[in-house]
Amino acid sequence: MGRTLAEKVWDDHVVRRVAGEPDLLYIDLHLLHEVTSPQAFDGLRKSGRRVRRTDLTIATEDHNTPTLDIDKPIADPVSRTQLETLRKNCAEFDVRLHPLGDVEQGVVHVVGPQLGLTQPGTTVVCGDSHTSTHGAFGALAFGIGTSQVEHVLATQTLPMAPFRTMAVTVLGELPEGVTAKDLILAVIARIGTGGGQGYVIEYRGEAIEKLSMEARMTMCNMSIEAGARAGMIAPDETTFAYLKGRDHAPRGADWDAALDYWRTLRTDDDAVFDHEVVIDARELAPFVTWGTNPGQGLPLSGAVPDPAAFGDPSERLAAEKALEYMGLEPGQRLRDIAVDTVFVGSCTNGRIEDLRSAAAVLDGRRVADGLRMLVVPGSVRVALQAVEEGLDKVFTAAGAEWRHAGCSMCLGMNPDQLSPGERCASTSNRNFEGRQGKGGRTHLVSPQVAAATAVAGHLASPADLADVPTPVEV
Amino acid sequence: MEAFTTHTGRAVPLRRSNVDTDQIIPAHWLKKVTRDGFEDGLFEAWRKDPEFVLNRPEHRGASVLIAGPDFGTGSSREHAVWALQNYGFKAVVSARFADIFRGNSLKNGLLTVMLPQETVEELWRLAETDPTAEVTVDLVDRKVRAEGVDAGFDLDENARWRLLEGLDDISITLQNEDAIAAYESRRPGYKPLTTQAV
Repeated sequence: MGRTLAEKVWDDHVVRRVAGEPDLLYIDLHLLHEVTSPQAFDGLRKSGRRVRRTDLTIATEDHNTPTLDIDKPIADPVSRTQLETLRKNCAEFDVRLHPLGDVEQGVVHVVGPQLGLTQPGTTVVCGDSHTSTHGAFGALAFGIGTSQVEHVLATQTLPMAPFRTMAVTVLGELPEGVTAKDLILAVIARIGTGGGQGYVIEYRGEAIEKLSMEARMTMCNMSIEAGARAGMIAPDETTFAYLKGRDHAPRGADWDAALDYWRTLRTDDDAVFDHEVVIDARELAPFVTWGTNPGQGLPLSGAVPDPAAFGDPSERLAAEKALEYMGLEPGQRLRDIAVDTVFVGSCTNGRIEDLRSAAAVLDGRRVADGLRMLVVPGSVRVALQAVEEGLDKVFTAAGAEWRHAGCSMCLGMNPDQLSPGERCASTSNRNFEGRQGKGGRTHLVSPQVAAATAVAGHLASPADLADVPTPVEV
Repeated sequence: MEAFTTHTGRAVPLRRSNVDTDQIIPAHWLKKVTRDGFEDGLFEAWRKDPEFVLNRPEHRGASVLIAGPDFGTGSSREHAVWALQNYGFKAVVSARFADIFRGNSLKNGLLTVMLPQETVEELWRLAETDPTAEVTVDLVDRKVRAEGVDAGFDLDENARWRLLEGLDDISITLQNEDAIAAYESRRPGYKPLTTQAV
């Protein structure tokens, strides 16, 4: 019987297979950041171990880093200690680090792909659940805990329990104005936050094949929000074109050998998935979340649901609690929800295409009075590219704040946080209670919807902006 | 890792589904560089409410958490496991756990037990009607026992053995160093290196 893409990559990394034990898998690339690594390095020190493969390991600073005044010492002493700890650990264990201020610094899941380190058929791990992002290249990429970070540092392997395979096939093409973010939010709403549990999801079908690499990263990034171990997309000409010429992409004869291998990384025609979901792209519309988990989403044209309408008691209870936390009433039109803040950024939507699409909406328009909009590029390289294209000027002319690269308000470990009750349309990945700051209320949206919302002052898509008068300069 | 064989303690009923790791331990706690001192961050936002179940005097000192389905979703932060352990929990029972959280818990000796939702509901009712009732989580027999409850649970044999023995995964893996080296010797040359920017 044929094998799926995920099974092929898995099989190619088995170091040891013994019945009754988890497979021992080799890890091609280990990404580190400051939050989930200090206790792992401590463990190495205590047991007198070294990093087995510093040449397969790379670190950057992202979760804690400020997005303002980056040339000054970090104000929060605890954040500063954590960053200094990473710097000390990387120096002591000889790990390549891109610290704050470095041109290759940025959100770890933006940095790996842009350096060309994330490649088809590799295994990629990081102490961060959004490691699933890298699956966009046909890599098997998953988030791990700190104990596993230590395990990979010491052994370059991980014992992994077997997984199940799920195909999410997206038929047709996405309509104009509908993005990968809308698509993945619709997928999560369909299968639920636990629907992917134990599975590696392969996204396939016409709509997926037509996506750019960056859009594919947005899809795979949020696989974890459906509970999946990983998300993958088979590598194709789009993938190869993205990689060619990048710093760490193979060259010359190596490129040809790699390409020969990469072309084999497709699910065989006779392979069988454990579960299949089919979605028609042509039926999709801009999608937003109304609740406190990423599965609680609806098309923007919808209304806040009535918890009483949920058949499942635990879903009903979850909806009741979500509406209470979010300060929303059943039946309220989603488009009528006014927001205080708009955040564009994160490993989900902080890449250049995301910034371009938000800027295209904002160009010649103004952010609504009293609304704050933060634009945080995913990496320094993304920021430089945006500046070269003049996007920063578009954002600031519209009244948005143009910040330095990092995770920022996606999780509010740095000073970029919501205040209690503050409502935010965010291009990030999690609308959990307090995720963006204590008491903060998050609606997950695409970059286009974020930008249109910033202009309209309430949840909106670019198509809704026709009726917003363009202010006249006086 | 501390070995886990069997544990008996009082239970806390947490009637919530989709308890994500941001609720278990909010992000600002993740700046710490140690594995301890997270107990005050556990469910920090919810604990501000005096009526929150962990704040109820009758549940003080309980060591088995009975939670709704999809416990531990979201972030990979192992701090969520440390926070539960630092607070005093030895086991968590739920109908379904998020994968990464579950893996993290088993690597730290926090037993995560999957039971059908009906059994979870029975345990909720028991802990609510009699907060002094004890619940036994027995890894040797793979059973959860309490008054009126005698439920078997699954855990793969390898994970169970590691927990029962309190084994350190890294030492086990390093016994296979030859296999790792052999694998490395046949890795293709086109695989990326972080050190060698061309």
